[in-house]
Amino acid sequence: MNTLDLEALGLRAVNGRLHALRPETNERRWRIENPRGAHAIACGLSSPLDVEIAGHVGFYCAGMNQRAEVTVHGHAGVGVAENMMSGVVRVKGNASQSAGATAHGGLLVIEGDASSRCGISMKGIDIVVGGSVGHMSAFMAQSGSLVVCGDAGEALGDSIYEARLYVRGEVESLGADCVEKEMRAEHREALEALLERAGIDADAGDFRRYGSARTLYHFDSDQAAAY
Amino acid sequence: MCGIVGLYLKNDALRPELGRLFRPMLLEMTSRGPDSAGVAIYRDPVGDGETKFSLAHDSAAHDWQRLAADIATALEASARVRAIDTHAILVSDADESRMRARLAEAHPDVRLVGSGTSVEIFKETGLPEAVYARFELEAAGGSHIIGHTRMATESAVTTAGSHPFATGADLCLVHNGSLSNHNRLREELVRHGLAFQTDNDSEVAAAYLTWKLRQGYSLKRALEDALEELDGFYTFCIGTGDGFAVLRDPIACKHAVLAETDDWVAMATEYRAIARLPGAEGARIWEPRPRTVYSWGPDGFEGDEDDGATASSAQATTVRPAAERAAAGGVH
Amino acid sequence: MDQDTPRTLPRLSATFDPHTLSEIRRAASTGIYDIRGAGAKRPLPHFDDLLFLGASISRYPLEGYRERCGTEVVLGSRHASTPLELKIPITIAGMSFGSLSGQAKEALGRGANAAGTSTTTGDGGMTPEEREHSRLLVYQYLPSRYGMNPDDLRRADAIEVVVGQGAKPGGGGMLLGQKINARVARMRDLPEGIDQRSACRHPDWTGPDDLEIKILELREITAWEKPIFVKVGGSRPYYDTALAVKAGADVVVLDGMQGGTAATQNVFIEHVGLPTLACVRPAVQALQELDMHRKVQLVVSGGIRNGADVAKVLALGADAVSIGTAALIAMGDNDPALEGEYRALGTTAGAYDAWHAGRDPAGITTQDPELAARLDPVVAGRRLANYLKVMTLEAQTIARACGKNHLHNLEPEDLVALTVEAAAMARVPLAGTTWVPGTGI
Repeated sequence: MNTLDLEALGLRAVNGRLHALRPETNERRWRIENPRGAHAIACGLSSPLDVEIAGHVGFYCAGMNQRAEVTVHGHAGVGVAENMMSGVVRVKGNASQSAGATAHGGLLVIEGDASSRCGISMKGIDIVVGGSVGHMSAFMAQSGSLVVCGDAGEALGDSIYEARLYVRGEVESLGADCVEKEMRAEHREALEALLERAGIDADAGDFRRYGSARTLYHFDSDQAAAY
Repeated sequence: MCGIVGLYLKNDALRPELGRLFRPMLLEMTSRGPDSAGVAIYRDPVGDGETKFSLAHDSAAHDWQRLAADIATALEASARVRAIDTHAILVSDADESRMRARLAEAHPDVRLVGSGTSVEIFKETGLPEAVYARFELEAAGGSHIIGHTRMATESAVTTAGSHPFATGADLCLVHNGSLSNHNRLREELVRHGLAFQTDNDSEVAAAYLTWKLRQGYSLKRALEDALEELDGFYTFCIGTGDGFAVLRDPIACKHAVLAETDDWVAMATEYRAIARLPGAEGARIWEPRPRTVYSWGPDGFEGDEDDGATASSAQATTVRPAAERAAAGGVH
Repeated sequence: MDQDTPRTLPRLSATFDPHTLSEIRRAASTGIYDIRGAGAKRPLPHFDDLLFLGASISRYPLEGYRERCGTEVVLGSRHASTPLELKIPITIAGMSFGSLSGQAKEALGRGANAAGTSTTTGDGGMTPEEREHSRLLVYQYLPSRYGMNPDDLRRADAIEVVVGQGAKPGGGGMLLGQKINARVARMRDLPEGIDQRSACRHPDWTGPDDLEIKILELREITAWEKPIFVKVGGSRPYYDTALAVKAGADVVVLDGMQGGTAATQNVFIEHVGLPTLACVRPAVQALQELDMHRKVQLVVSGGIRNGADVAKVLALGADAVSIGTAALIAMGDNDPALEGEYRALGTTAGAYDAWHAGRDPAGITTQDPELAARLDPVVAGRRLANYLKVMTLEAQTIARACGKNHLHNLEPEDLVALTVEAAAMARVPLAGTTWVPGTGI
């Protein structure tokens, strides 16, 4: 286990150290101390590292993550794991808005709550939230899955494409073209697998599924208000 | 576009440390706002019948004693003044409107930037670190303080354009965001008798609240109405005599974070400003929800909805859009 | 009435002109707003309204060909360890694979390489062919984030954060069903054959104060090597330029309303934004006031057509220009030789702008394999290189006539205006006078 003191070394030195590691490195386990809300910590990783961050992080932690496993022992600011390609990012506390924004793959686990715009424009990532999500979550969500064990705020899945949403609690309101859908065996299995990977104890049977009604797929002036 | 920060001390024993505790919060927001900085610090409340006036001038060598003497004579009032760099704090038992009139008439080069029983407002162009030092704020004590670092968007970088903007006795506002209908609102407020020093959108927001308060509305009601009548993106931190209030617009793109310990309540645009406070690691941290008025202080709001997350001294009222409220029978 | 009695001639209305009438009928028939490609088509104050003051008794010219007139420019010297070094101050603007065929993107790369300049990706991401064929490639970072990934970010030579574009400042992208073919769909993570909706704001930042943090992240991911451009549509160029600088941009790209788009609402193109001519001086003023002129470079696009335009934009203080529509025309877009096919599409050569429909006879703004095959990338690349060469020579000719040994030494004082509007927008005097309208404000 290697330890890096962000306070002492500065962001460029810490990120640079992690970026310099080759994918085959055996220096896999790293701990970053004194994050104190700094931005862009452990962003752009591309090796299968195991990074623990001891405290709260600012914006864009683990942005564009590839292959690494990053754990935030605290809260995360705006855009945690934004545009992640693969790997795992886990937030032990809460995440601010735009968590997992535009991400293509990998798994983002938020053990607490996520704020607004969770999974905005998601493109294949799997996001599992132990708590609730804020308004405009899964806005323009293209593909991937968003699992919410708590409640969802206003306009869930507004302008959604093909992403799948599973919510256990209350949905304050659904966004344009987002509708409740039938939960079939295949969805229940997929959901169980996601909860299992996330390490969250919940019964898939308690969730409801939401997704696109696909009425906005071909521009039609009668739907203009939905745009 | 900017950084905003606020600190309210629950533990009175920390009062002498207020300026020292707040300094790293403000400085951490320098990158968000390198153009100018300002604070509203609440301290040394004056006696009954007296008012503190925060005054500013372009020159740090202005003859404030002469001004005090003129006030005393012209208004037949008490007047004692303390100068700090380009600003001065004038304490007088003169009526506020008479003071305004006298200043406009005899001292047109002096700006009245705030008034109340405990608030003192200091704001200048320059880096936050420099501004803080000029006004000797690190050594300052007090009960609470709000601050702002400015990156000017659509108006000029001037001292007058800096935040906080005063909106009434002990009331002031700092703003992160960008309004989109402030020009029409400004014209309307001018018609209602309000005066403006800048082309700044935040000044319009402050004046809007002033106008509402002058009409007899509570601050809570004024903020609720602001949600309907102000268009654009905003996070407001409003300093009051007792504490501060926080409000985010319904779209809520401009980030804000709140934190609380047994000793203090803090708000900031970014968590890293709060990270420097003692006890921050173990603080309760949460995000203010959109369209929800949060406030601290003994004279808080009557909330009809508790946010659930607030097991703290904060009171929170989530405001439904006007149409919904009307349908539900309205709430004052 | 008698046939011999004189009558007034039938008179068409200037307000309800034939084009306007046809649009009203179209709207009444379809119930949908009109969508098209290209930029603003109506007459606007533009660079043709400016003239250079050539050498005279007080000012001496340089000999053509013998006495050097430099054209090179470096973009991104502020922070990046590897800024873009260009031989000419004309770059190829962002156009997506998806709106253009693969062959067209290859041709752009070939032409740009030959001329020693850069191309730019568009709203769809970087294709391997594009990276291969373009020696200098600017990678756009857009609200949609289609195809965005860190590997391409690191393969790019520069990164362009797109806040907006001239044709639709404040609007999102749009690609209609016919162009979401299998490959485009895969690149964008969208179902095939649907109409794409794109966001108008970035998903994880709003405002220059948050853009600063986003730029920090992009720099961290790319080890601070690449220049970061910030592109914005002409709207409030003075403030936008200042804010881009404060947010950390190395290069500011301003796109006026004549700037083309693949597809958006006609009403957006024609009625929102500023003419390119009006964008330049305010932006340069902002840079000068921040003491960042020539330190943060300014690239201007939107209706740049010839070397005279290049020279004029540089004279007003920009560091480079970018071309989009002009590059497509050079490669064969809207060629009169295809008039029969344009007629069949209900249009005529020079007016064809239904680029979103993907039926382009020239094979440029299409994904249809048969049509796309009509464009030979090598031939088209050579045509583009020729055109860039001519633009450069023209700009040098003008600069030498003004006594300059480098295009960057052109200045506003070398210009006069033919109209009051152009004089006010460019802040140069009306020809033959000392009057610059509007400088009191």
